[in-house]
Order: sequence, then C-alpha cells, then structure tokens
Amino acid sequence: MTVLDARVMGTSVRRVEGPDKVTGTARYAADQPVDAPLHLHPVQATVARGRITGLDTGAARAVPGVVGILTPDDAPRLADLGDPELRVLQHHEIHHRGQYVAAVLAETPEVAREAAGLVVVTVAEEPQVTAFDEHSPARHPAATLANYAPPTSGIVDPDAALDAAAVTVRATYTTPVQHHSPMEPHATVAAWDGDHVVLYESSQGVAGARDTVAALFGLGEDDVEVASPHVGGGFGAKGSLHAGTVLTVLAARTVPGRAVKRALSRREMFETVGHRPATVQHLALGATADGRLEAITHDVVASTARIEEFGEPTATGTRAMYAAPHRRTSHDLVPLDVDPPTYMRAPGEAPGSFGLECAMDELAVALGLDPIELRVRNEPEVHPESGVPFSTRNLVACLRRGAERFGWSARPPQPRASLVDGWWHGTGVAAATFPAIRFPGSTAVIRFRHGRYEVEIGATDIGQGARTVLTQIAADALGVPTDRIEVAIGDTALPRGTVAGGSSGTASWGSTISEAADRFRDKWGDDPEEGAEADAATPDNPWAGELSMAAYGAQFAEVAVHADTGEIRVPRLLGVYAAGRILNPTLARSQFLGGMVWGLSMALHERSVVDPRFGHVVNHDLAGYHIAAHADVREMTAEWIDEDDPYVNPMGSKGIGEIGIVGTAAAIANAAYHATGVRRRELPLM
Amino acid sequence: MTTTIPIGLTVDGRHHDLDVDPRTTLLDALRERLGNTSPKKGCDHGQCGACTVLVDGRRVLSCLTLAVAKDAAEVTTADGLAPDGALHPVAEAFLAHDAYQCGFCTPGQVCSAVGVLDEAAHGAPSAVTDDLTGPTVLDRAEIAERMSGNLCRCAAYTNIVSAVAEVAGDAARRGSTVEGADR
Repeated sequence: MTVLDARVMGTSVRRVEGPDKVTGTARYAADQPVDAPLHLHPVQATVARGRITGLDTGAARAVPGVVGILTPDDAPRLADLGDPELRVLQHHEIHHRGQYVAAVLAETPEVAREAAGLVVVTVAEEPQVTAFDEHSPARHPAATLANYAPPTSGIVDPDAALDAAAVTVRATYTTPVQHHSPMEPHATVAAWDGDHVVLYESSQGVAGARDTVAALFGLGEDDVEVASPHVGGGFGAKGSLHAGTVLTVLAARTVPGRAVKRALSRREMFETVGHRPATVQHLALGATADGRLEAITHDVVASTARIEEFGEPTATGTRAMYAAPHRRTSHDLVPLDVDPPTYMRAPGEAPGSFGLECAMDELAVALGLDPIELRVRNEPEVHPESGVPFSTRNLVACLRRGAERFGWSARPPQPRASLVDGWWHGTGVAAATFPAIRFPGSTAVIRFRHGRYEVEIGATDIGQGARTVLTQIAADALGVPTDRIEVAIGDTALPRGTVAGGSSGTASWGSTISEAADRFRDKWGDDPEEGAEADAATPDNPWAGELSMAAYGAQFAEVAVHADTGEIRVPRLLGVYAAGRILNPTLARSQFLGGMVWGLSMALHERSVVDPRFGHVVNHDLAGYHIAAHADVREMTAEWIDEDDPYVNPMGSKGIGEIGIVGTAAAIANAAYHATGVRRRELPLM
Repeated sequence: MTTTIPIGLTVDGRHHDLDVDPRTTLLDALRERLGNTSPKKGCDHGQCGACTVLVDGRRVLSCLTLAVAKDAAEVTTADGLAPDGALHPVAEAFLAHDAYQCGFCTPGQVCSAVGVLDEAAHGAPSAVTDDLTGPTVLDRAEIAERMSGNLCRCAAYTNIVSAVAEVAGDAARRGSTVEGADR
C-alpha cells in the first residue's frame, strides 16, 4: 500500500464551506428552493400495538387548502423489502406508538397540520410491551449484532476462573434508551416526474437512500436522484432511510410534477428515526492479588423492536481491551413494541465502555491499586481474543500522557477526600477504543479541467469536515496545493460513496481518492491535458484480518458533586487519543471534543423515559430530553499521541468521530465515586 | 383558504409586504414565504435556539413569535448581519475558532452571540453575574450561561465560547458595542 507524504494533511485547513455555514446560506434539505411546494403533516398512532379499524378523513378533506389525504387504503403500493419499518401505509397493523397511519397534503404547513388533527382514527388495541425488563420471557440470544461481529465469544472457562480468582468484582450496569437528536430534523423534499423522482434528503449516505427508494418503488437506479449537500448532524439516525422519508416520497407520488417538502417535528424524532437501545450489563472481573486479570465476562441484555431485530454490539469492545486467559461476552435481546433501534454514535462501545470501564475502576479499588496501573498491567500484546497483532496500539501512552497532563499523581487514592464549599471533588479515568473501519464500495473520479482537479465521490459531510479533509487528501495524493482541488460530494449524480458512519468515512473515501490519484498520475503524469480523467474503486486493505486495527484513548474527568443536592458538575475533561495520523488538527479536535461532550451528556442527562402504559417517550422534546448545553461544558481538552500506522490506509489515519464518547461517561462515573464514595451503576448518574 | 392578515417586515435591510395566516410563525414567514432560510427550524418549540434572529436589535426565537405580531419590525438574520460579501466579526470569529461542525445551529448561535454582546454592553446581568452593580465582563462562564439557549448537538461549545470571548475582548478594548447590534 502506498503511504502518502503529508504536506497538506496534518495542517489545520479551515472548513471549505465555513462562510456559508456562519451566515446560514448553506442549504440543508428543507432549505432548498422549490416552486410552490406542498406540505405534508402526518397522523400517527396513539397506541403501541393494534389494528386500524377505521379512518374518517371527511372533516380533514373539507378544510380549504387540503390537496390530498393518504391512508393505508389508498396510498401507492411499495415493494416489500423485508423491512417492516419501511412498509409505510401498506397495512393496517400498528407496531409502535407514533407509527404513521395517515398523512395530509396541503398548500401550507398550517393547513396540513390543522387537517391532520381532524382525521379520526379508530383502533382495536392489542396488548403491548414497551417496558424493558431483562427477565422478560421473550428474551432470547441475539441472532446478529449490528457491527456483524459474532454475538457471543468465549475462551476457556471464565466462570471457574472467576470462582478461583483472588479478587473478584461482579456488578451490573445499566444504560437507558437514548435519542440521537441531531439539530437538523430529518427532512425530505421530493418531486416526481413520471417514474423519476428527485430528492433533497437529510442523509448520511445518498447512495443508500437512493437504493432504498429505488427498491421500494420498483425503479431503476437512474430514476432516483438524491442530494444531501449539507446535513445538520446525523449521529447514526440518518444512516439509513426511515419511515418519515418514505411517507414524503409516497405522498409526492400522488402529486406528480409538484414538490412535497417536509421536515419531521422534534416529537417525531423520538418515535420514528431509531434510538440507542437500553442495556443491562453483567460484568465480572477476576484478578490475581497483584492485579493481573484472570477472567473477564460481559453478558448483556439489550432492548430491541419486535418488528425488527437490532443487536446493539455492547460487549464487542470488551473483546479487544484487556488481556485475560478466560473470557466471555454474550448478547441477549428483549423485543418491545417500539420503533426499531439503530446505530447511535459509537453503537456498542458507548454503552459497553460504561460497564467495562466502571468495573475496572471497581476492581482497582478492590485491589488497592491505581486504576491507570491496573490497566497498564493488563495491556495485551496481541488481540486478546483473535490473537492477531495490533497494527498500532498506544493505549498505555495515552494513559501516561493523560496522567501527566491531568495531574493524576496528586490524586488522593481514597474516595471522599476533598470537600470544597459544599461540593465533593473527585477525579476518574477510563480507557477507550474504536475500530479503524474501511468500507468497500466507493468510487472516485478525478478530472483535470481549467487548471484544477475535480474530485467526485458520493461522500457526505455531516459536520465531520469531509469536504475539507478530502480536499487535503486529494491535494497530497495529486501533489498539488488545495486551491487546485475541487471536491464534489453529497449527490447521487457523483460516483457512489459509502455511508458517513462507523467513523469510516475519511478512511473509505480517502483510500478511494488516493487510489484514483495514483491511477491519474500513472496515466497522465503531473502535467495532464485538459479533460484528463481517471477513476478507482475503494482498494482492499491487504492487512485486513492480519492485523487488529483500532484507535485507542484515555478519558480523564474531574467531577464536583453537591454535598446536599447530589447535583453533579464536570469542571474538567481531558481526552488523549492515539488515532493514527491526525489529518486536520483543528477539525479533529472539534470532533474529539464533540464526542467527549456526548459522553458528558450521556453521564449527566440523557434518558428517554418510556411510559409503559402507552409506549411513548414522555420527554419527547429538547425541554424534556436534555442534551448538554453551553453551561454544562467547562474546561475541556483533547489531544493526541503522534502515531505512525502504515497498515490502516494510505493516509495513515484512523476514524475519530466516535472514540470521544467512548469511556467518557465511565470516567465521569468513576470520578463521582472518587468524589463521594458512592458507586452509581446506572446512567444517567442524576 | 384561511383568513390572512397583511403585514410589513424589513428583513436584512429589505422591506417586504405580505399576507400571512395568523398562525404563521415569524420563522415560517421568513423561510416559507420570503425564502430566507438562514434561520433554521430545529425544534419549533423554542427549546433549541436554531431559529434565533434579531428583531429590532434583540435576539428572539422566531419559532415562538407569530409573524402578525411583528408588523413593521426590523428582522436581522445571520445572513444580514454584514453587508453582502462581508462577514460580521462574530461570524469571522466562528470561522477562526472552528466554532461549528454541521452548521445547522450556527446561524442561531451567531445571532445569539451578537445579542449577548449587546446585552452585556448595556449592562444586563445573567444568572451567574456576581456583581450586579458594576459593568458586565463577558468571561467564559458568562458567555456559556448567556448562550445556553442555543443547543449544539455536535457540541462545538468550547470553540463557540472562545469565538464569542474573542469578539467580546475586542469590543471591550474598543469600549463600544459590536457592529450590527446597536438598538
């Protein structure tokens, strides 16, 4: 594999779309100018399970300005792709609260909303289960996990090793349902012309969106166009198409020649676009008296949806973290009458690291050993389960650097040691990992025109900075300055790009662009003629399967807990990462810090409260579902170890979009224990 | 169709006469009627701040404001804070500090920051102001408190506060309010 010389990579190039974003002129899906669009307002199920027995649309139809009403009786038919979530208005069954049961098309949003409120839905309710209980009779082993890893793993005899260990920690940790809540609600503008449909879509991947729409409507690839020029955050919720988009495209199908424009309401975002499932994690760690792990078990029960199984890969990160001869991970699921869970920033690693890294802290306390030293003593030489070597693994360097930067050596070993002005203060640490993923299936085209290189790939910028970083990669791959590069992304008119997910984007798209640049230079040299062109598909990584490739990190937190109220504040967070070559320090720091704030938010605030009687999320807006705000964030620092990894990809980079959240909630929980002597094993902590 | 009511709005320096459904919010009037999509709809409930604009110089949540109630008002969006082709100092500082990622909350953050700077210049205290009698000093805690109505899920908070602090420092050195925020 060619490893690129870094000239522009590694420098803090500003975001190329910056001026458009700070003035608001960057156009997201619902900002696209279309002529006289119609507006759509949905009617949603108010029960979690049942059957629609009647729909009275008379009063709604009588409202002036109403153009049409879609119901399961008359909506256009869709192909059955085996994904119940996408079978919008195709049947009369209700599978979850908030499911779309009808929709009103009108000339204005106000009229659409008024008329939707007049549709009378009669339902035969059926018994439902929406409360997550790990002891549910419906609990079963996961058939698959969302990251395609095996649902179970095991080596030797962990239970016997735990019984025989000198020191053992057995504890159960829980994490709640959480919602992605990107600032931009999912939005679609759809316009049909015959059997051809054009979409502006808030999506993490235009190719996947096109494939799904084409399959649902029985169209060829060329008859569906999708553009996502700017996306207001996704975090997994926009990684695959959800029912809301299908509803809008269906409605537009009934009014050919006219655009239909719709953004989901914030409440719909808690009902129809997926969530991080709840987990109950049973951890057991057995160690020798000097702190060598003999056994690790991480047995997880998570919630899923009855209509569609989603296996949160909660314990797969545990397989990579610490050496121990005896080990087991397992994943059981409990199906509920809810909308299907989906990927949410660091699926698996985010909740799983809370369990493992808190348990490690508890073990350190039980051993009377510093928690950093405990981790160092159990650093594996090769991947602890597969036995393959690491491409690079600098977890210990992250822990050591972080300890120095954070002032860890001054930390009192015992908890409840510092009370200042009515606040207990403490500090905590946790380790983090996230795999370095490259998805196959992208294509890049490089064309020389008017003295500049046009680089085309159907990638997506969801705020991570793809447009900017791909410009840097292309510049170095072609050996020219960035002002001679024009990157085009976010449109199915461009060659196919894979989804912006799994912290894989830069590695997947960048490898593809690097390969195309190699071919371009082989074919045309460095002085190409006008119109010179080359393309390439994503190259395979020859080291895939031979090496374990992942980013690592160490999270440090200082916490203050109010002695009377229990209020928790986080005055200081530090994250130190080892993630290969950092391609743009400024943008990388923003991503790391953003992930760390997600961890803070997960630790202190985030919990979707489901009412088991009705199956809805009670706190279904941003006043009830708290995400970290400005005032929650105090001193935050992210930095990294220089890491030279020639095995991961031509840039030497590892994904950085998710590792910031991994371990952060555990570091905060461990700090809260150190502050107070009270161990909380449930998120959120307050 | 529903009864409509005629109003006049000056948006980013340009006057518009329009007839609005009395249920239309200022945000929808700007976006759907006038084609100004700089303010964003993040929640439509006044809970996220993405729709923040300046109305007669003060920051307001345009999704909680009915358009009919703002007849004859002067509305400034993030797109109209500076003349065409130029950037407001707050917007410049956002670029310099990478105070945004996806950019969806950013126009609201920028408008809110302009409002904050003006409020502080006029001596308005916040919940974290210790001394209510002296001049208001916009340190990081003050800025974070005053900006807390503007959520950012990418969590660019640290950089946003740095950007606002830089402009606040410049304004303090000049001893004046920032451009575009006079009322």
